[in-house]
Amino acid sequence: MTAQGIENKGASSGNFKQNLSGRYNLDRVFATAAWAATIVSVLVLVWLLFTILKDGLGTINWNFFTAFPSRKPEQAGIKPAFFGTLWLMAVVAATSFPIGVGAAIYLEEFATDNWFSRLVEINIGNLAGVPSIIYGLLGLAVFKRIMGPITGGNSVLSGGLTLSLLILPVIIVATREALRAVPNSIRLAGFALGANKWQVVWNHVLPSAMPGVLTGVILALSRAIGETAPLIAIGAVAFIRSTPSSLQSPFTAMPIQIYNWVGRPQAEFHQIAASGIIVLMVMLLLMNTIAIYFRNRFQQTR
Amino acid sequence: MQDIRNQTMTDTALKAEKISVYYGSTLAVKDVFLDIPRNQIVAFIGPSGCGKSTVLRCFNRMNDLIPSARVDGNILFDGENIKRFDPVELRRRVGMVFQKPNPFPKSIYENIAFGARINGYQGDMDELVERSLKGAALWDEVKDKLKESGLGLSGGQQQRLCIARAIAIEPEVILMDEPCSALDPISTLKVEELMHDLKMQYTIVIVTHNMQQASRVSDKTAFFNAQATEAGGKMGYLVEYDETQVIFSNPREEYTRDYVSGRFG
Ligand SMILES: Nc1ncnc2c1ncn2[C@@H]1O[C@H](COP(=O)(O)OP(=O)(O)O)[C@@H](O)[C@H]1O
Ligand SMILES: [Mg+2]
Repeated sequence: MTAQGIENKGASSGNFKQNLSGRYNLDRVFATAAWAATIVSVLVLVWLLFTILKDGLGTINWNFFTAFPSRKPEQAGIKPAFFGTLWLMAVVAATSFPIGVGAAIYLEEFATDNWFSRLVEINIGNLAGVPSIIYGLLGLAVFKRIMGPITGGNSVLSGGLTLSLLILPVIIVATREALRAVPNSIRLAGFALGANKWQVVWNHVLPSAMPGVLTGVILALSRAIGETAPLIAIGAVAFIRSTPSSLQSPFTAMPIQIYNWVGRPQAEFHQIAASGIIVLMVMLLLMNTIAIYFRNRFQQTR
Repeated sequence: MQDIRNQTMTDTALKAEKISVYYGSTLAVKDVFLDIPRNQIVAFIGPSGCGKSTVLRCFNRMNDLIPSARVDGNILFDGENIKRFDPVELRRRVGMVFQKPNPFPKSIYENIAFGARINGYQGDMDELVERSLKGAALWDEVKDKLKESGLGLSGGQQQRLCIARAIAIEPEVILMDEPCSALDPISTLKVEELMHDLKMQYTIVIVTHNMQQASRVSDKTAFFNAQATEAGGKMGYLVEYDETQVIFSNPREEYTRDYVSGRFG
């Protein structure tokens, strides 16, 4: 028995059919398929960037940033939309970050597992998939109509709060994911030293989860900055002859302005729409860069 | 009557009276009676899953953090029932070191200062950090890099950092759950030496799988075992508790003799 075993081991075939060439072939086929998938998505992106840059770069100039919308494409600018979007993002960040992260902390660290917390959980998961226009209708009813005296109706505040609602589920889900990834041994270490829940969460769990939380918030804000439908639903319009001066000011936003220009028949408007898209993309890139900077800062201090 | 109470207060740090622990509806450990004498080292030994960690966690009420866990029976700390303590206060006085070193992902200094700060330490923090690190025999190795992350240390150093963190809040008892199982032999020896020094000031309960370690460091040894239940599960119980020397040379129970001599199941 033993002798036979040794014999088999020494022989080249034995009990195993290694089929090396077949396995390597499969390996190559798979690598090629994955490579092709990557190339397709990169090509689409490059093509998109190329056409937009080709159409839009020529019409970006100082006037484009400082002028208000106009009937004449060569005089039209994005000043109100640019500042409107900045205001909106400020409102969205200031409201969705604390509320979303707070809700996630409650659900993940404090809530006991009962029917209520499970109901909340399921609903948040579902809300993340609701079309944005529905949030627009909600914003129209709640922020513009009911809370109109406070928000000022069709205002930066109404728009910001509506977008905030839209991305809250995303922030909550992402934050919970990040909190769950913090090893439980850290919590136990804190409790064993006599810390209470708040002290453990604030001093140890949240800082450890922060890079993940910030990643989620960046993605959510990136979604909010490009949203058009909910803002149109609450009544934001493209033609505004002023930039916001307070939270109750009327506003327009970059995607609304772009949408408006794209819808015009004249080709010149399509060009400045492309210019607007370039500006929006740069804003998005800047926002992500800032957030990545913060995320790296947090990672370093660990 | 008063005299007897005073005596128990000075001699016995922790007293378990008929402790049973359930996880959900399953009984994990049944009817444990134990006296942990002050300024001594007590070792818990026994096969895996017989409830050593479970019993250990009763002493600082860490089982409170496990939603399904329920503890029956009473534990007296300094003669007073621990149910009457606030868990936060109890855990300051009964510290814990875990199996896997778990320093906070922060600086070495912060690792030690945190516990002191949340417990309202009034003294000089720098001095406390130095004293605690010296107490854990780690000061010489880290004194030049207190601002660096605790996670940058070796496993053995991390575990001593955790011990330093535990003694920084001046507990009376330190519970250690297999503190050396993730360490190399040299680090293990360092931690064992450290326990000898700590004994002067603290009462120590240590869970260990290492027979030599139990016989080297402890004054008393508790041997736990698990028996099969009708439901098909396992239920832990305390087989024998005596002076370490007795457990290892002349135990009362056959089981104990087999286990400490390595002839077990
Ligand atoms: N958090 C828990 N939830 C449910 N059962 C647990 C939990 N912790 C331990 N147990 C069970 O309790 C028994 C004793 O476990 P433990 O105290 O960890 O044993 P030991 O430390 O001696 O290895 C085991 O059967 C284990 O499965
Ligand atoms: Mg254990």
